[in-house]
Amino acid sequence: MQEFTRMTGVAVPLMRANVDTDAIIPKQFLKSIKRSGFGVNLFDEWRYHDAGFPGQDSSTRKPNADFVLNKPRYNGAQVLLAGENFGCGSSREHAVWALDDYGIRSVIAPGFADIFHNNSFKSGLLPIVLDKDIVEKLAAECEGSEGYQLTIDLPDQTVTTPDGEVFKFEVDTFRKHCLLNGFDDIELTLQQRFRIEEYEVSRRQSAPWLFDAPS
Amino acid sequence: MAGKTLYDKVWDAHLVHSQEDGTVLLYIDRHLVHEVTSPQAFEGLQLAGRKPWRTNSMLAVADHNVPTTNRANGIDDPVSRLQIETLDANCEKFGVTEFKMNDLRQGIVHVIGPEQGATLPGMTVVCGDSHTSTHGAFGALAFGIGTSEVEHVMATQTLLQKKARNMLISVDGQVGPGVTAKDIVLAIIGKIGTAGGTGCTLEFAGEAIRNLSMEGRMSVCNMSIEAGARAGMIGVDDTTISYLKDRPFSPSAEHWAQAEASWRELTSDDDAHFDEVVHLDATTIEPQVSWGTSPEMVTSVNGQVPDPSSDELTAKREGYSRALEYMDLQPATPISQIMLDRVFIGSCTNSRIEDLRAAAAVIKERKVATSIKQAMVVPGSGLVKKQAEEEGLDKLFIDAGFEWREPGCSMCLAMNADRLEPGERCASTSNRNFEGRQGQGGRTHLVSPAMAAAAAIAGHFVDVRTF
Ligand code: SF4
Repeated sequence: MQEFTRMTGVAVPLMRANVDTDAIIPKQFLKSIKRSGFGVNLFDEWRYHDAGFPGQDSSTRKPNADFVLNKPRYNGAQVLLAGENFGCGSSREHAVWALDDYGIRSVIAPGFADIFHNNSFKSGLLPIVLDKDIVEKLAAECEGSEGYQLTIDLPDQTVTTPDGEVFKFEVDTFRKHCLLNGFDDIELTLQQRFRIEEYEVSRRQSAPWLFDAPS
Repeated sequence: MAGKTLYDKVWDAHLVHSQEDGTVLLYIDRHLVHEVTSPQAFEGLQLAGRKPWRTNSMLAVADHNVPTTNRANGIDDPVSRLQIETLDANCEKFGVTEFKMNDLRQGIVHVIGPEQGATLPGMTVVCGDSHTSTHGAFGALAFGIGTSEVEHVMATQTLLQKKARNMLISVDGQVGPGVTAKDIVLAIIGKIGTAGGTGCTLEFAGEAIRNLSMEGRMSVCNMSIEAGARAGMIGVDDTTISYLKDRPFSPSAEHWAQAEASWRELTSDDDAHFDEVVHLDATTIEPQVSWGTSPEMVTSVNGQVPDPSSDELTAKREGYSRALEYMDLQPATPISQIMLDRVFIGSCTNSRIEDLRAAAAVIKERKVATSIKQAMVVPGSGLVKKQAEEEGLDKLFIDAGFEWREPGCSMCLAMNADRLEPGERCASTSNRNFEGRQGQGGRTHLVSPAMAAAAAIAGHFVDVRTF
């Protein structure tokens, strides 16, 4: 997994509430059996005027100049400022892969849907929860000044604005540890193989039907 | 010490290890797999030189991409075909049981799990799909996971989790005739909102829930995720146990009595503590219709589209205006005046036999309105389809002008050829009315199967209770 420690990058505001994973990456792109290449179709229905389909040459498409990611001033954005309940809906991890592939390293929002929040950590995308007032303030500042950059420091758990204003955020200790080191969850879990095996032995006794073969 | 909730009980029974910060390693009993969220996980497994920990915990099926007509001709779309062939190849390679596209048992993953008895009370059930919450109807702890977690479960039979909070939703009293499980759950989401259950595991209780069949309970738990909760559960009772008798994956005769005794424990203790409690009065719930682009944007069939300019909606003004614009609806339009282009009866929310019976019962020898371009019924599984045909329901639908399709997700998410064209408006028994969900530019109104059938005949929404 990609490590996350400190970064400074251009922020882009997308403050509507309940942005769902269908909007982040529409279903037709979920037909891919790969993990990469979703960035060009991030927010596809908002980003382009024409309908998108897998395998298309995106250079021939009609971008929607009004959509925030298409505004030149947000080129190369790495931090997404978002509204409440970001990432709701389907469990598709493709939503995280699309953000990551596009270049977004962190999403800052007043709240995230649980599955999206969970998925983010698995690909090294850092979801940060800040109070709604603060996110709205950052979004307003961002809109007001071109080239607005935020600095995110995971070890210190802070977001710093260009004016030097600092906001603390919470992050789960274990997840922080994994992100800082780019640890692979599966490898960590397999170090506890003996515990899983012990659990299965006792479970087989207390609930043997769970191990029945279908008739 | 306070008693335990149903969630506490199932959670505690699956703890392999707890870390100091509250992260636990949770054992997973059942892993359901479908074609869309598994290829990258199988690939990851293989690249790391790993094997599935326990293949007999897995059950796979292709449902999202499958065509619902002309299956004998295979799959036209090469990208969909590759995804399904990849699932077939992975299942073959790793020895995972799979119901292939032309198997009678094939269907939507959340329909076939319970139908086969692969979902049992007290289990932990996961799937790379957010509507895994459906299986909580059996007193199982069931939730959707992302693809990295799918790989984690394959490789280790466990997940790293933190416990959610307990939220009780009690639906008190009885619903009136014509009011279904779908109306109950839409009313719940209308009340608590799409983020109302975030961070919680829901337990649905109360007389109205107890009175539901297993099919109805599944419709309710299915939409827990639309209320923001990864999981929703219902305590075990006679209804649960009699549903599970003699299903292929149910406990063997040798273990049945022991299993049943343990399942009977799976209800919340009387003195259990819930972090949040919500009450709904079932007697006031009317048939529901969603009007916007989020499942919380819902009202009664006798209501009207809200007016975002009204004072009490100040906080929601922007979102509501945007939704009305997308839905092409004027403020204060009566719901019953909304004209429809298509009707879809299907999805893991409402494609079980009882749903099809309820829809068929509305028809009464009437025909689909001529203004409706298409009305389709997509059974949740091959076995549901067969049962419906044995009862003659297919004939009722076809005679009325509905299309009778092969099982799959179909127009619930429009990954196959079944989709809305831009601007089209659909009455749908599915669970999500997001922008573009049923096809780019398409407009979705969520309703119960009976309400969808009535709308197909009338051409617009009508109160099924007086239809
Ligand atoms: S029917 Fe719809 S909601 Fe259910 S699993 Fe299929 S796509 Fe998802």
